[in-house]
Amino acid sequence: MATGTPARAPIRWQVARLVERRVETPSAQTLVLEVPDWPGHLPGQHVDVRLTAPDGYQAARSYSIAGPVVDGPGGPCIEVTVQRVHDGEVSPYLIDVYGAGEPVEIRGPLGGWFIWRPEETAPVQLVGGGSGIVPLMAMIRARRATGSKVPFRLLYSVRTPDDVIYGDELRRRARDDFGLDVAYVYTREAPEGWRGEPHRIGLADVNTHGWPPDLEPLTYVCGPTGFVETVADLLVGLGHPSRRVKTERFGPTG
Amino acid sequence: MLSAGPTPRVSLDTWEFVIAAENGTEHRWSWQELMALPQETPMVDIHCVTHWSKLGTTWQGVSLDTLLDGVDTGAHFALAHSYGGYTTNLPLDDLRGGRAWVAHTFDGAPLAPEHGGPARLLVPHLYFWKSAKWVRGIRLKTMDEPGFWETAGYHDYGDPWREQRYQGD
Repeated sequence: MATGTPARAPIRWQVARLVERRVETPSAQTLVLEVPDWPGHLPGQHVDVRLTAPDGYQAARSYSIAGPVVDGPGGPCIEVTVQRVHDGEVSPYLIDVYGAGEPVEIRGPLGGWFIWRPEETAPVQLVGGGSGIVPLMAMIRARRATGSKVPFRLLYSVRTPDDVIYGDELRRRARDDFGLDVAYVYTREAPEGWRGEPHRIGLADVNTHGWPPDLEPLTYVCGPTGFVETVADLLVGLGHPSRRVKTERFGPTG
Repeated sequence: MLSAGPTPRVSLDTWEFVIAAENGTEHRWSWQELMALPQETPMVDIHCVTHWSKLGTTWQGVSLDTLLDGVDTGAHFALAHSYGGYTTNLPLDDLRGGRAWVAHTFDGAPLAPEHGGPARLLVPHLYFWKSAKWVRGIRLKTMDEPGFWETAGYHDYGDPWREQRYQGD
């Protein structure tokens, strides 16, 4: 091991229990998991969740943590939001079968790059596609929880109004969290009274709802691979330096 | 999830691959020079740290054995570096023995930029973050130096058969 590398304790699997679930959309739910030995995390980090079948077969998936640690009846809890993946091995179980009080194995926090530190002072641009909103919401919640005054802009692309995760909370925060702007792009169906047609995110959206490069914002882009590729290319084309654009792509992207 | 920023766009006219030995000696190949070397077509299984695998993928590229032939080195470690700034570390032995390539073709087509083109490292016996996309060169080292994800807590070696995802695994 090279000098200068901090020694790290192994990140162990531990048993979490379901305290509560909240339906966010027809296909996404937030699970509140009690984790007795949770070491804390930064906004943007994720956990691995592992299921073991009676025959010993195991399947694990990564889920973004949706917000700060919350107090549960028996100790600290973390919230993860799970989007149902059609034919998935893990998400249908977590949404349809997994019951209150039951154990599940988790490990974390994981990920040391796609994180926002509340002591940062640069303006923040968040661009999320679909369930890519989850780690961005963790940043929005942490901003308020820590009293940060850093201006945030969220641009959130969804297929239809029914697919908006955290919709009520985002409306409330856009009103109450001073310095937070929220804008939407609808790709299939827009709400009534929406000006403009449904469309995929494009240059005009990113230019209108993002910070100009002169302000040297920190930008976080999260969503399906094609979405992230498109948005990151647009940001670079608008003059944002690559090193200021942090991305997290869902799905096989190797 | 293993691409941490925008996809770099690299022109073949300016592309180069550089192996820098620990004594500072550099060996360079332009795109034309790389393509003129003996080509191999490995068919391999790849394993991503985020719990997916893809079996029987077909690539074309130049073996690191070919590229390291004629490089005078006593180093034990390698640090691959990429256009865009990505780095990842491997033991030099893992780049030898017909187990590692600089790959430029996937499934018969030029490797797309979002998958690491024009060329990426291909080291299928380790987790795929070790197969640096947009690879630009390899620095040979007498001391192990952690790369981008290794500094952020990923495993130093990354053997998928031992599920070495994170430090301490």
